[in-house]
Formats: sequence, C-alpha cells, structure tokens
Amino acid sequence: MEKRVVFDNRWLPYLLVAPQLLVTFVFFFWPAGQAIYQSAFIPDPFGLKTQFVGFGNFEYLFGNRYYRESFLTTAVFSVLVTVSAMSFALWLAVLADRVIKGSSAYRTLLIWPYAVAPAIAGVLWLFMFNPFTGIIAWMLSQMGYVWNHNLDGGQAMALVVAASAWKQISYNFLFFLAGLQAIPKSVIEAAAIDGASFWRRFWTIVFPLLSPTTFFLLVVNIIYAFFDTFGVIHTITKGGPEQSTTILVYKVFSDGFVGQDLGSSAAQSVVLLLLVGILTVVQFRFIERRVHY
Amino acid sequence: MAEIKLEAIRKSYGRTEVIHGIDAEISDGEFIVIVGPSGCGKSTLLRMVAGLETITSGDIRIGDRVVNKLEPRERDIAMVFQNYALYPHMSVFDNMAYGLKIANVPKPEIASRVAEAARMLELEPYLDRKPRQLSGGQRQRVAMGRAIVRKPAVFLFDEPLSNLDAKLRVQMRLEIKALQRKLGVTALYVTHDQVEAMTLADRMIVMNAGVAEQVGAPLDVYANPATLFVAGFIGSPPMNVLSHEIRQGRGPLDPGAVIGIRPEHIDLVAPGAGLIDLDVAFCEPLGAETLVHGVTAAGDKLVVRIDGETSLPADGTRVGLAIDPARILAFDAAGRRSET
Repeated sequence: MEKRVVFDNRWLPYLLVAPQLLVTFVFFFWPAGQAIYQSAFIPDPFGLKTQFVGFGNFEYLFGNRYYRESFLTTAVFSVLVTVSAMSFALWLAVLADRVIKGSSAYRTLLIWPYAVAPAIAGVLWLFMFNPFTGIIAWMLSQMGYVWNHNLDGGQAMALVVAASAWKQISYNFLFFLAGLQAIPKSVIEAAAIDGASFWRRFWTIVFPLLSPTTFFLLVVNIIYAFFDTFGVIHTITKGGPEQSTTILVYKVFSDGFVGQDLGSSAAQSVVLLLLVGILTVVQFRFIERRVHY
Repeated sequence: MAEIKLEAIRKSYGRTEVIHGIDAEISDGEFIVIVGPSGCGKSTLLRMVAGLETITSGDIRIGDRVVNKLEPRERDIAMVFQNYALYPHMSVFDNMAYGLKIANVPKPEIASRVAEAARMLELEPYLDRKPRQLSGGQRQRVAMGRAIVRKPAVFLFDEPLSNLDAKLRVQMRLEIKALQRKLGVTALYVTHDQVEAMTLADRMIVMNAGVAEQVGAPLDVYANPATLFVAGFIGSPPMNVLSHEIRQGRGPLDPGAVIGIRPEHIDLVAPGAGLIDLDVAFCEPLGAETLVHGVTAAGDKLVVRIDGETSLPADGTRVGLAIDPARILAFDAAGRRSET
C-alpha cells in the first residue's frame, strides 16, 4: 500500500525539510566544499596568502611514502576493529539471547561502554596499558612479556584496535540482540526438530536471517573505524610510534593542524571522502545482494 | 512407525502446574487429536512430546524408548507448526531437504525423496521459490512436505490449519487425513476446532485446564460425553443444558446438577403435546437445517435443530418439544455424568 501526503501549500513541504537540509548543508556540504576548494591551494608559511596549484597537492600526496603507508595502516586497523567488534558483539548477543533470568540487567550493563566518549575510552585503556604504571602492562611483565606500545608498533596497533572495538561492541550488541530476538522461535525449533545441532542451526538459520543486521553494522562499523576512532588514537598513541597507527583521518589532523599544511590536509579529506563513498557503494552493490531481507 | 505412551505427564512453570497428569496410549498408525479451548495445555503437551518443553514428571515413550531426556532430533519425529516455521531464506526444495542434508542422506536420494513429496503435495512447480512467494495453502504444504520427506515415526501437528481461510481449511483437512492414511504414520494433532477434531481423529483427547477430560473415538465422545465440559465443547451448537428436570416421574434435580440434550434430539410438536413447551425467541435458517432458539417455561435457554425445509415457527410463538427421555444425559454438581 502506498502512503502519500498531499500538501495544499506549495512551500510547506520545503519548510518542513528545511531544518534537515540546513544541518546537512552547514555540517556537510559547506565543509566538504571548503575542503575541495582548499585542496587546490597551498598557503604561504605565515598563512597570509594562498597560491593556486591545481592538483598539485594530490600529486604530492600520492608520491609520498608515508601517505601510501597510511592507507595500509587504515586498512589493517579498520578490518581488525570491524571484525573484532562485530564478532565479539555477536558472541555476546547469542549468549544474552539465551539468558532468561535478569536479561535486562545484562543488556543494560553491556550497553554502557557506548556512552563513553572515544577520548575517555582511549584514556581508560591507556591507564591499563601504561608501560610504567598500567596494571595490565604490569601483569604482562610478571608473565615475562614486555609491553611498551610507545616503542612497539604492533603493540600500539593492538591497543588502539582493542580500545576502538571495545567501545563499538555495545552498539553492535544491541543491534545483534534485537536481530536475534526478531527471528521467530518456531523457525529455530523447526530446525532443532529437523536434527540441526546448536551450531548448525546458528550457521544455517540464525546467521543468514541476521544478515540485514550484519550488513547494516558492517557499513556503520567501517565508517566508525575510519572516522570516529580519531579520539582513541589521539589519546593513546598520537599516531605513533613511527606512524604505525596513523590512519588516514589522523593524518588529516596531524598534517593540517600539527604540520600546518592546510592544502595537503584538505586534499587528504577529499581523498577520504571519495574512499568512504566508494566503499559504501561497493558494500551496497556487492554485499547487499547476499542479504536476505 | 511407532506407538506413543504418555504416563502421568505433568508440567509446572515454577509453582504453577499447567498439566495435571495425563495418561494416554496411542497405537501405531493412529490419528489422535488433542482438542480443547485455548490455554488448556494442549500445545504444551504436544511440545513435550516433541522435546521442545521439558517434562516435570511422568514418562513419554515413543516406540520402546523413554524419550524424556532426548533432544528433539533424537526422537524420530516431525512437526508442523501453526505459522509453518519455514526457513524464509531457503527455497522450497531446500526447506524440504534441510533435515535430510543434516542426516547426511546422499544427494541423489535427497533429490528423489523431495521430488516424491513435492509430487504428492502438488508442489513441483514451486520448488525454486522462496516461502514468501507462496500462498498460505502452499506454505502449509511445504511444511507438510518438510515433515514427510524425513519419514519420521511420528507426525506432530500444532494447529496447522488455523492460519488458513475457511474453505482452504476444509480442503487441507481432507488432505492431511488422506496423507496420514497413505503413509500410515502415527499422528498427534492439536486443535481448538472441534470440527477438525471430529473429522480427523481416530480417537480424540478432550483437554480442559490441564486435564484430559475424555479420551475416545469422536462419535463415542459425542454420544457419551463423560463430563459437562465435553458435552458443551464437542458439537455445534453445543448440547442444551437444563437446570430443571423435564422427565416425568422424577423428583427435582440435586442442587447444581443439570441435564443435557443435543439440539438434534428434539422435535417440534404442538404446544402441550411434548415434554415441555418452548417460547421461540428467533430462528437461524442455515439452509440444510434451521436452529430454533428459545426459552423454556422454567427459564432455561434451549436450541432445537430441525430440518431446513420444515416451516419455521414465528418468533414469540409457543411450541411443544418432543424428547426421547433415553436421549437425556444427566450430570452431577461436579459436572460428571450421573445415572439419574
């Protein structure tokens, strides 16, 4: 059935969508336009005048080894964050779905990390893993493992991935749990009668029926890993050591506001914008086909 | 192929007991219908046989095994659910083949067994479709197909027809009966519809509030209801219940006791010529028959079923009721059948 609202007044519909359009314009189109505009200029060292360079900033970027390495870092980082945040959340949701007594208490507790700001989450994990005072770093040293993410790039990556994933697990958990509870119980029972064990039921019935949720979360998590993890990285590693945790969005910040190279920073923003756009289109085109709504 | 034995089955949720000790023996190939109003525990009983609910006490035997602690898949049963519970992301073929794939049946045999079931259920043109592309009746058939390809010892049906429209329900009812006869599989069928129970059952279990009120062949139960509840539940319109004695030469009824008479065991005669008189309130002509509703002089409501071609008494007139005293059933104050 089609539901349509017909407005008598010509301007009322425009007036009603205006607030949303205004927000989108001010916070998306305007800065995006500025980024595109600035990406074609380089400012002088004192910021007094700018010089038009066309695609010069882009040419310089792709010739830069650190920038190309940042792509790889971002890929590793976002895959690790997305996969660990989603799989751990799914595991928790499956367990919580089986709990009958006190399930609302579990759910409430599991949702809490989502309310923590990224920077706070970063500091939280930093305290635990501080090489000199952190409790977990101390425990690891008791077991003979030296933890110092200020020196070891691999450890730094592991730490920012853990902190970023931890924060996102709550969000994913909520959606997975809702998805699981939307699967009709009788379908699972039918599979049980058909002879499927718990894991068989999970992989052949539950997981496919959960695919709309999984797909949605995949898109959201990748975007989260690309952008919202800035606070975590900024508080824990500042992109180091040796740029081993400098993901693209962090490089935009550090080149622009630390390195004061606004032209390059703007060019990087444009690249990032295109990259996420393409990634999302790819996800919708190729993965969504396998989703059963 | 198996017999089922229920021995003193009880079910409690916490302190609330919902099934109060049910005994039944079902022989191999028998079609048993569990019938009762909603909330009487009939679905719970079926789900206990299926292994989807735990048994608080008592034993369930399928064949010669006690299955109390067995998983559903170890019980050699198949179940058809009220909402069909088809796997929405699988084709009709895959829905039917799912159980066989899990049992590691070789592929050619899966194909032939599914094809045979599809032929039997006239599902051949739809094997590639998804459940959402099918009509209610077709989904129902797929659910049946999924049950029969596995060749289980027992079929369990949980109100399988209640989501269908009236016409389809009658048609599917006949098909289920024919299919069960053909396959000779023991079947346990739960419904709240007494017409389904009457038409399908070899024997039926009439349940009320967690108790089996009566177990017996449909016509026996109809003719000889063991309790007032059964008398009222089986038969439409239900048995007339009168709180005043109408038979001659008998004293008044004990307090709380009643007598019952089926609407079709009453004939209309001239006022004063029958056992009692009835003030006609209104008539419901249904074509083949007509239901005459009225009130007796003692104030009991009463329905008479007469042939559809008899001329109808006008509303507000008084008619006499001829009743064979032998057809009158007596119930004591507790609702059980009594001799007097």
